[in-house]
Amino acid sequence: MKTGDLFRFSLGAIVAHPMRSALTALGVVIGVAAVVMMTAIGLGAQQQVTSAISGLGSNLLVVTPGAGRGFAAQAAGSGMGLSDRDAAAIRQQVEGVVAVSPAVRGGQQVVAQGANWNTRVEGVTQDYLAARDLSIASGRMFDDREAQQGRKIAVLGQTVADELFPGLDPIGQRVRIGTAPFEVIGVLASKGQSGFGQDQDDIVLTPLQAARSRLFGRRVKGDNVQQIYVKAADEDALYAMEDDVKALLRERHRIAPGADDDFQVQNMASILEAGQQATQTFTVLLAAVAAVSLLVGGVGIMNIMLVSVTERTREIGLRMALGARRSDVLMQFALESVALSLGGGLIGLLIGVSGALLLARVGQWPAAVPAWAAPVSLGFSVLVGVVFGAYPAWRAARLDPIEALRRE
Amino acid sequence: MIEVSGLQKTYLMGEERVAALADVTLSIARGEHVAVIGPSGSGKSTLMNILGGLDRPSAGTYRFEREAVGEFDDDQLADFRNRRIGFVFQSFQLLPRLSALQNVELPLVYAGVDPRERRERAAELLGRVGLGSRMDHRPTQLSGGQQQRVAIARALANGPDLLLADEPTGALDQATGQEVLTLFDELNRQGLTLLVVTHDAGVAARARRRIAFRDGRVVSDDGAGA
Repeated sequence: MKTGDLFRFSLGAIVAHPMRSALTALGVVIGVAAVVMMTAIGLGAQQQVTSAISGLGSNLLVVTPGAGRGFAAQAAGSGMGLSDRDAAAIRQQVEGVVAVSPAVRGGQQVVAQGANWNTRVEGVTQDYLAARDLSIASGRMFDDREAQQGRKIAVLGQTVADELFPGLDPIGQRVRIGTAPFEVIGVLASKGQSGFGQDQDDIVLTPLQAARSRLFGRRVKGDNVQQIYVKAADEDALYAMEDDVKALLRERHRIAPGADDDFQVQNMASILEAGQQATQTFTVLLAAVAAVSLLVGGVGIMNIMLVSVTERTREIGLRMALGARRSDVLMQFALESVALSLGGGLIGLLIGVSGALLLARVGQWPAAVPAWAAPVSLGFSVLVGVVFGAYPAWRAARLDPIEALRRE
Repeated sequence: MIEVSGLQKTYLMGEERVAALADVTLSIARGEHVAVIGPSGSGKSTLMNILGGLDRPSAGTYRFEREAVGEFDDDQLADFRNRRIGFVFQSFQLLPRLSALQNVELPLVYAGVDPRERRERAAELLGRVGLGSRMDHRPTQLSGGQQQRVAIARALANGPDLLLADEPTGALDQATGQEVLTLFDELNRQGLTLLVVTHDAGVAARARRRIAFRDGRVVSDDGAGA
C-alpha cells in the first residue's frame, strides 16, 4: 500500500474521535510544555548568573588582602595587606597582564549645587576602565600620573551625573565628595543594572591617591589598597596568571612554604564556571522533573491505543481479510500513536514557548527558550509515540483475522 | 482452479484436539457456482477460511491455480486474499466511518492502486450493483440489502478469481435476500467462480452444485466437479 494512504488511515482514526484524541494527546501537550518552560526558566537563570558575574569584568582576578576564608579574618586585617608596590610588581613581573588597577573604595555623600547623593566612590588608576570593561561617555579618564599625584578630579557614573546635574553637562562642574571638593572631568558610559540587581552606574571614580588622602584616610594607611584588579588577555591566560600572582605575592610578603596566604585571589572565570554549573544542575533537575510528565503522557497514549485496538478488532480483521499485511496494520497503529504524540508535542511546544515568553515579560524572569527546543521536543514526542505505540500496534498486527472478524 | 486433497484442520480446545476438517478432498473448476451446506460445526466455515487464505490447513494440500496456498507465509496470504479472493460476510463488515465509495476502495488501497484510478473503479463497481447514486452515503444511511451490495462491490474491487460468501442473506429479509442472490447469479453468468456457505436450503437451491458437510467430512456432492 502507499505511504499516503497509511497516513490517511491513521489521521482518519484520530479525526474520527476528536475528543478522545485531544485528551490522549493532552498528556504529551503538558509534558512537552513543562519541559520547554522548565528548560527556559533554567537557562534564563543561567544567563542571568553569567551576565551578573561577567558584568564584574571578564578575565579578571580580584586580589584582596587577608587570609580569611570569612569576613572576620578580612576585617582583622591579618598580614601586611596589599600596597601600590604589590600592584606595580604584578604589572612588571607577571606575564600576560593586560591591566592592573589597585583600588580603595567606600560609600560617600556627594553634593553639587544643593543636590545630594549617596554613592560608592572608588579610588583607582587609569587601568580600572580596562579591567572592569568600562568606557567613557563624555570628557576623559584621569591618567596614571594624575592618579598617583592625587589631583582632586572625578569621573561620574551615569546615575550620579543624572542625580546631581539633571539636564546639565557635568564636565567642569564642581562636586563635594565627603568634605573635599572635586572637579568632574568625565562621565562613564552606562552599564545598566548588574545581574545581581545593583545599579552599576551608581559610582564615582577618583584618582587612587586622592581617595586615599582625602576620603578614606582614616581606614587606609600609607600606600595600602583594598583591592587589586588584574586583567588577563583571555581566559586561558587567566589561570596561569592566577598562579603567577599568588607566587609573586607570597614571595613579596615573605610567606614561608606551607603557610597560608595573607591575601585572596578571586578568579572571575572560576566563579563564573561554578555559577554556571550550579544553574545547569538546576536546569537539568527542572527538565528531568518535567520529563516525568512527558513519560506519563506516553503511558496515556499506550493506554488509549490498547483500548482502540480492542475496540477496532473487527476492523483490523476486516482489513486483513481485504489484503492488509501485518506490517500495514502495524504501521497504521504505530503511525496513529506517533501522530497523536507529535501533535501533542507541537501544541505543547507552542504553549511552552508562549508560557516562557509570558513569564519573561510579566514575571520579570529572564526565561530563555533555546533554539534547540523545537527539534528536541518534537523529536522526543516522536520517540514517545514510537515507544508507547509499539506494543499496541504489535498487538493489532498479531491478531488472528478469523477471530477478529468474529468479534462483536 | 481449486484442488484440495487430504485437507485437515484440528484445533486445540483445552486439552482436547478437535478436528474441524477431517480429510477433505475436492476440486472446484473456474466458473462454478457451488453451495457448501451443513449444520453449524460441520466444518464448512473452516473450509471457507482455508480456501480464502485466512487460515492454514493442519495437514493436506491446497492448490489454487497450481499454487500451494497452504504453504504461503503471512504476507503471501495477505496478497492472495487481496488479489484473488472476494469475501462477502453475513454481517456485511463495512467500516462505519467510511462512505460506500471509500469502503469499496479499501482492497484497492492495499493493492497500491492510485487514488484516481481507485475512485473510478469503485464508482463503476457501485454502479454495477445498482448503487451509483448512493456512493457518498455512510453504511448507516443504507438499508441492509444496499449494505450487502456495497460489500459485494468491495469483494469485486480487485477482480478476484473466487468470490466466497458466508451466509450472505442471513441478515436480510426474504425480498432483499433474493435481490442479492440474483446479483450472484448474474456475476456467475459473467464468469465469476462462486462459493456460498449456507444452511438455507433456498440459497443452496440457487447453486448448480451442492457440497454437504458433516463432522468435517464431505457427505454428498451432487456436482460433476472437474
